[in-house]
Amino acid sequence: MTLAAIGQPVATGERWWARLALATLTLVALAFMISLAVSIGEISIPLTTTGKAVANRIFGASFELSRIHEGIVWDYRLSRALLAASAGAALALSGAILQALLRNPLAEPYVLGISAGASTGAVAVMILGFGYGVLTLSAGAFLGAVVAFVLVSALAVGAGGGADRIILAGVAGSQLFNALTSYIVTTSASAEQARGVMFWLLGSLAGVRWPDVYLAAPVALGGFAVSMFHARALDAFTFGIDAAAALGIAVNRVRMILLGTTALMTAAMVSIVGSIGFVGLVIPHAARFLVGPSHGRLLPASALIGAIFMVAADIASRVIVPQQILPIGVVTALFGAPAFAFILYKARRPV
Amino acid sequence: MSISVRDVHWSAGSAMIVDGVSIDVAPGKTLGLLGPNGSGKSSLLRLICRLRNVRSGIISLGDTDIAALSRLDIARRVAFVEQQATTDAQVTVLDVVRLGRTPHRGALSAWSAVDDAAVNTALFHVGMPGRAGQLWHTLSGGERQRVHIARALAQTPSELLLDEPTNHLDIQHQLEILSLVARLPVTSIVALHDLNLAAMFCDGLAVLHRGKVVAAGTPEDILTERLMADVFGVRAHIERSAYNGRYHVQYRID
Repeated sequence: MTLAAIGQPVATGERWWARLALATLTLVALAFMISLAVSIGEISIPLTTTGKAVANRIFGASFELSRIHEGIVWDYRLSRALLAASAGAALALSGAILQALLRNPLAEPYVLGISAGASTGAVAVMILGFGYGVLTLSAGAFLGAVVAFVLVSALAVGAGGGADRIILAGVAGSQLFNALTSYIVTTSASAEQARGVMFWLLGSLAGVRWPDVYLAAPVALGGFAVSMFHARALDAFTFGIDAAAALGIAVNRVRMILLGTTALMTAAMVSIVGSIGFVGLVIPHAARFLVGPSHGRLLPASALIGAIFMVAADIASRVIVPQQILPIGVVTALFGAPAFAFILYKARRPV
Repeated sequence: MSISVRDVHWSAGSAMIVDGVSIDVAPGKTLGLLGPNGSGKSSLLRLICRLRNVRSGIISLGDTDIAALSRLDIARRVAFVEQQATTDAQVTVLDVVRLGRTPHRGALSAWSAVDDAAVNTALFHVGMPGRAGQLWHTLSGGERQRVHIARALAQTPSELLLDEPTNHLDIQHQLEILSLVARLPVTSIVALHDLNLAAMFCDGLAVLHRGKVVAAGTPEDILTERLMADVFGVRAHIERSAYNGRYHVQYRID
């Protein structure tokens, strides 16, 4: 009995052209969403003007445009939209990775105490004046996030290092740092400061400029590259750590690399835009319903859907209430939750 | 020897789980690993594929000490089927069996015809070629077990380690799986509870008791009423089957 003789044609062929077409289509959708985000706002700018402004800057074209329009497009809205896309992609990617590594559908980027640590770092700078004016709010938040991640990791390793221990260590770390944040806010903040903190905690893209994009976009792209390189290793975790090890995965190394990558991505995003919720938890699930659990497809799908969703949420946050910008974390949950409920219902299992 | 275990010790905390075990399995042979619950069978299997590191002693595959092999090198030749590994992910039978190709593929290399052939052959061997698209959570316990075995076969191992592979299986599939394992040209170690199945399908048996090998040899050599009483704590009557010539254990409760 030869191998070929019994090789019944099971549907394993990969239609690469279909995947390529889908990927291209999604990228086009993302580009379109970003150009919408640039055009929509208090001063509405036609899509053609947006295109011309971008062409002027990137390709050195010389279309005649009003300086104000070009300034709005380039200096304010495009950087903001690109940052929203980077943050959405990075958070959704982190969620997808953590859900696989920890084998827990409730895992999300903040499960390792990163957003709690970032908030403590942020209020320490904002309210206590920590860092003597040298440390920016973002730098403080990033430092807080890293400190929290290191503490949680040390606790998780000390507690035995299983997936459940990592999650419990994250819970302990998050509670501690959230308590510290609340302590600082209630004892030291004025009402105005407390409102500012609240706004920051819910996430805000206000004040985003190009330097932020130069930081966030490479982090998101780098994180994507690292996680794609480990996509098959993540698949191997389907049946747990021992099963992955028996399939030849260097379990400890892969876990360290991927946990570090998600921590870095999340810390970078949180320190720039605050802890935007919902995206990291739910987008991976939505992507899984669409493309299945295989990480070779799930990771790019999560990143792209996360990016599109976040840019759309940013648009919504600017147009829902006239003259006012909602915190983007409110919008992601307000619109994302019903959308996710719909997906959940459509994908319900026959009982 | 294909698998050689030399005076291996392993402990969890202060409890010595594997206490100076030595066994040898010749290429292509099937060794049945017997012993009551907690006798160290599962731990020994995990040591052989280096999911745990030995405290002392040497485990060799062919002529190579596994301590000198990378995890990937081990996975390319040894496949391991755990007890009751499950998942909440929405994976299909095909997804799971394809995992078996993981050690043979680079991080970025494409799926090849060789991979396809290995997966299809494995599905065929466990009698599930038509079930490739079925979702994991709709499978029965026995079907899941067969899919795990198919995943291990897709790994195209030269050594196969099975931890109670017949758990949850109906008698037809117990017989099918064990005769498949006995027939395959791979070296196998199978942890089993059913002594009669062990006598039927294994070339050799090793009996573990409190982490030590208390008997090793052919089924005819070691299956004795004395052993049944000492190790398993039951009284039994053992005779050669008039039908197939294998040893047959009958339990006495009088």
